[in-house]
Amino acid sequence: MIEVKKLYKNYGNVRAVQGIDFSINDGEIVGFLGSNGAGKSTTLKILSGYLSPSSGQISINNLDIMKDSHEIKKIIGYLPESNPLYNDMMVYDLLEFTAKIRKIPNNEFKDALDKVVIQCGLNGILHKNVGACSKGYKQRVGLACAMIHNPKILILDEPVTGLDPNQIVEIRELIKNLGKEKLVIMSSHILQEIEATVDRIIIIDQGKIIADGSTKKIINSNKGNIQLQLEIIGAKKEELKNLENEISNIKISKILKLKSGYIINLEYAQKNDPREQLFKLIVKSKWTLLEMTPKSENLEDIFRKLTGNKS
Amino acid sequence: MHNIKYIYSKELRSYFNGPMAYIFLVIFSLITGYFFSNTFFIFGQSDMRALFQIVPLVYLFFIPAITMGIISKEKNTGTMEVMCTLPIKNYEFVIGKYLAILTLLKVALLLTGVMFINLVFVGTSIDYGAVFTGYLGLFLAGAVYASMGLFASSLTDNQVVGFIIAIFFVLIFFLIDKLLIFMPNTIAGTLQYLSIDYHLSNISRGVLDTRNLIYFFSMITLFIVLTVESLNSRKWN
Repeated sequence: MIEVKKLYKNYGNVRAVQGIDFSINDGEIVGFLGSNGAGKSTTLKILSGYLSPSSGQISINNLDIMKDSHEIKKIIGYLPESNPLYNDMMVYDLLEFTAKIRKIPNNEFKDALDKVVIQCGLNGILHKNVGACSKGYKQRVGLACAMIHNPKILILDEPVTGLDPNQIVEIRELIKNLGKEKLVIMSSHILQEIEATVDRIIIIDQGKIIADGSTKKIINSNKGNIQLQLEIIGAKKEELKNLENEISNIKISKILKLKSGYIINLEYAQKNDPREQLFKLIVKSKWTLLEMTPKSENLEDIFRKLTGNKS
Repeated sequence: MHNIKYIYSKELRSYFNGPMAYIFLVIFSLITGYFFSNTFFIFGQSDMRALFQIVPLVYLFFIPAITMGIISKEKNTGTMEVMCTLPIKNYEFVIGKYLAILTLLKVALLLTGVMFINLVFVGTSIDYGAVFTGYLGLFLAGAVYASMGLFASSLTDNQVVGFIIAIFFVLIFFLIDKLLIFMPNTIAGTLQYLSIDYHLSNISRGVLDTRNLIYFFSMITLFIVLTVESLNSRKWN
């Protein structure tokens, strides 16, 4: 279990993290979201013991991060953002070195190695130099190093960058499985990735937490108007413009002329669903409806909205 | 101890897996061998003084070259972040690396054993004691320079900068002895005591004085402690 209270971190005059609080229970998979420089990597670096907080309290499994840093490092597996590895070592040697430092007894090393080789798909590259591996394989080697000692807490900073789509699905499944028994924190700026993998999201912007909760909760609590897209043939533009007057509570945002017919985008508030009325009106006017698609807001829209759409 | 052993063997492997160690050793042997054999047959003396005089000079560049990347490279490639989040204490990390440098230094000195074998074959009434203390002095002086190089490497994330800082430290302690004539009498004694050459020349003459040994060991300890402290301070940056 991780508890963070009023965490601050300054780099010189720059305030990277400005007083964040959260707690994470065992068996939770939490995703840290934020744009570049939002403070997510800094927070993870502090949790992993690489940096010291400027102020604030952090306890991990009831151990204080300042006093028991060495003990905490034993129960954490950490994959840094840039995934630095010793390129002049063989994959096997690197894993063996990590296992020895992690004090895995010799008779248990083989089982631990076999397990991470299967989990991370390292078969066939164990006797290759790390430097000769592709980016995706390096990422898997980094992941294997982070979890060879079967840590209770896994901190993964951007674990899927550099992987191809198949590998991303594999690693996502792996993280989900790990999350059943461990506490997993991952960060990403790929929103779909976070949405598909984690139970809970913490969105950080400019060193502060601006949203914390399950994906559904965050989407629901920030839901705005619903967008609806219609494709209609057999109508005139003026008639379509007139829709706004005939059906209350809708707002047409765009009408686009196609070869035959029009595409209309309109917005409505969630409580006044106009779809039935629209359909009846279209039938009455003897137009043909080819498409009617509501677009609910996804995490990406909400993320942009919350972080002020600066990009 | 456990961690020191694994850091040591990892570091040693990384020296000898790549070409670096071999290049350094070949160059070291060539230079020392040239200067030794150049005068050995002319003077016709059964000692290794020529070697014991040239090695401290070769050290000035050789040791900064083998220590420059030892910590700075870890900082540069980011592997320091991995090391710092493994359950390793900073002093274990530093001592493991230091022992690996000493091993490389030992190998370099062992290679000059060829010259000793030469001496045994062609020399007469060799003073084996002086040869032994000469080698001991060379090893201790190298060990002091190596601790300075280690500290220099911990100050930067750039290998070239690490090399330059190391040369700076090494030169200061090498040159103090030579600059004494410009110093006022009051501090000349102290400065002389700080000089490596002063202590090295005592040992090379065959005199094993505890004052010299204490000097070497305290310099090594000082720079190892400074290195550990420099790594400890990183967390607060």
